[in-house]
Amino acid sequence: MARTPIGLVGAQPDPPFEITFDGRPVPALPGQTLAAALWGAGILAWRTTRDGGRPRGAFCGIGQCYDCLATVNGEPNRRACLVPAHPGDTITTQEGHGHDRLGV
Amino acid sequence: MPTRETSDVIVIGAGVVGAACAHYAALAGLSVTVVDRGYVAGGTTGAGEGNLLVSDKEPGPELQLALLSTALWTELADRLPPTVEYEAKGGLVVASGETGLHALREFGARQEKAGVIAHEVPGDRLHDLEPHLAPGLTGGFHYPQDAQVMPAQAAAQLLRAAGDRVRLALGEEVTGLLTGAGGAVRGVRTATRELHAPYVVNAAGTWGGALAELAGVHLPVLPRRGFVLVTEPLPRIVRHKVYAADYVADVASGSAALQTSAVVEGTPAGPVLIGASRERVGFDRTLSTEVLHRLAAGATALFPVLGTVRAIRTYLGFRPYLPDHLPAIGPDPRAPGLLHACGHEGAGIGLAPVTGQIVAACITGAEPPLDLHPFRPERFDATAP
Ligand SMILES: Cc1cc2nc3c(=O)[nH]c(=O)nc-3n(C[C@H](O)[C@H](O)[C@H](O)COP(=O)(O)OP(=O)(O)OC[C@H]3O[C@@H](n4cnc5c(N)ncnc54)[C@H](O)[C@@H]3O)c2cc1C
Ligand code: FES
Repeated sequence: MARTPIGLVGAQPDPPFEITFDGRPVPALPGQTLAAALWGAGILAWRTTRDGGRPRGAFCGIGQCYDCLATVNGEPNRRACLVPAHPGDTITTQEGHGHDRLGV
Repeated sequence: MPTRETSDVIVIGAGVVGAACAHYAALAGLSVTVVDRGYVAGGTTGAGEGNLLVSDKEPGPELQLALLSTALWTELADRLPPTVEYEAKGGLVVASGETGLHALREFGARQEKAGVIAHEVPGDRLHDLEPHLAPGLTGGFHYPQDAQVMPAQAAAQLLRAAGDRVRLALGEEVTGLLTGAGGAVRGVRTATRELHAPYVVNAAGTWGGALAELAGVHLPVLPRRGFVLVTEPLPRIVRHKVYAADYVADVASGSAALQTSAVVEGTPAGPVLIGASRERVGFDRTLSTEVLHRLAAGATALFPVLGTVRAIRTYLGFRPYLPDHLPAIGPDPRAPGLLHACGHEGAGIGLAPVTGQIVAACITGAEPPLDLHPFRPERFDATAP
């Protein structure tokens, strides 16, 4: 298990639950954001850029930069650093704008 | 100490119209100073959309301008860098009832006599052109000559492509005009210096009336406000410039009251731009949720898929409106040396090249490409012929 600040702040969170990232199970704690849960699991990138397909994840961590966009439960462009994790959430790597299926 | 500088032409305004005037004047061999109190495309040019339309214009002088300018844009598309995002995408005007379609048919027939290409598209073929269009539309017209550019880039690249005959003086407000013997305009005064030229072009857009006043002449340019709603970046879901049949009537209206009609186009950058609203409320920049509500409703009625994506921002601009919906282009007989190139309302991006060409022709003594009488700047004077 990766090092977490839980001990430092003396937190006593409720039991962890599971979310998935590209089909792989990731543990999350109640109150954690999706970005925090992903980081906790050592996952740093969950989107590719529209131009060049470069990897992106959380940058500012406070909802300002929009770098952390992810497809959450099928909905693209959610800011992973703001969306709280819920049991069973599925996060999938978002390619570009995340709306490819709308293209004509 | 004020510094003194001289060129063949001074253009006031670094919007797309001023940029086109500078571009064509430089091509004709003239040296040009472009003065703007802000920066390139900082006025209405940076606050609108970039449709180059013939489809929305009644036969008449404005359509003549548009047809000439459309041809110039295709030429420019080859000469300017791809960053201007020129797209010969065509326009599609759709009707949601027999009455609307009938009006489009009649309008298209008159336009065709004036040189516009317009093809009727039956209701059951609309989806071949636009797969995401709402079902049940009665039919429409396809206008292959309609095109699109990115306006701010267009202005910047027109200036850059003109080479070193064009000098920019940005961040300098023109506060007065210099006059010589017999009241002829000889240059401009800014806060810090005097710039001299035998010709001064008023390309101040929506502020062209105030500029004319500095020369002691009347030109009633008024702001006609418009909002644009911008979606998140999307793949291509709208192929053409698509709008509802009632847009044409709104454009031509002289009413000050709010008018909205659904106008939708994609951009190479990804966002879909949603217009169009028109109202005369002075230079009021207050956000109007009423307008945004109407724009969103109109666009999602045409393209239901837009109801599933986010609008991420909105912006507004002030179209330079003259009461007869025609720009003022050409020399001002009331102030020798002064030429006007303003008042293009909602068509300034489209009409910029031909305006630049006309202004250059007037200065060099070449034959302008069409009769300038409808655009004469003094036409709003009580005594005008
Ligand atoms: C919402 C909206 C949508 C639009 N959509 C389209 C479209 O799809 N297609 C189209 O063709 N047109 C469209 N238009 C209209 C188009 O944007 C304008 O007609 C066009 O930009 C006018 O360009 P301009 O160069 O005349 O004016 P501007 O771009 O406003 O340039 C005038 C410049 O003059 C400068 N200036 C003014 N006074 C002074 C002074 N005293 N000293 C120094 N500088 C001064 C200003 O700073 C400004 O930069 C739209 C407009 C709006 C608002
Ligand atoms: S990391 Fe910056 S908005 Fe989420």
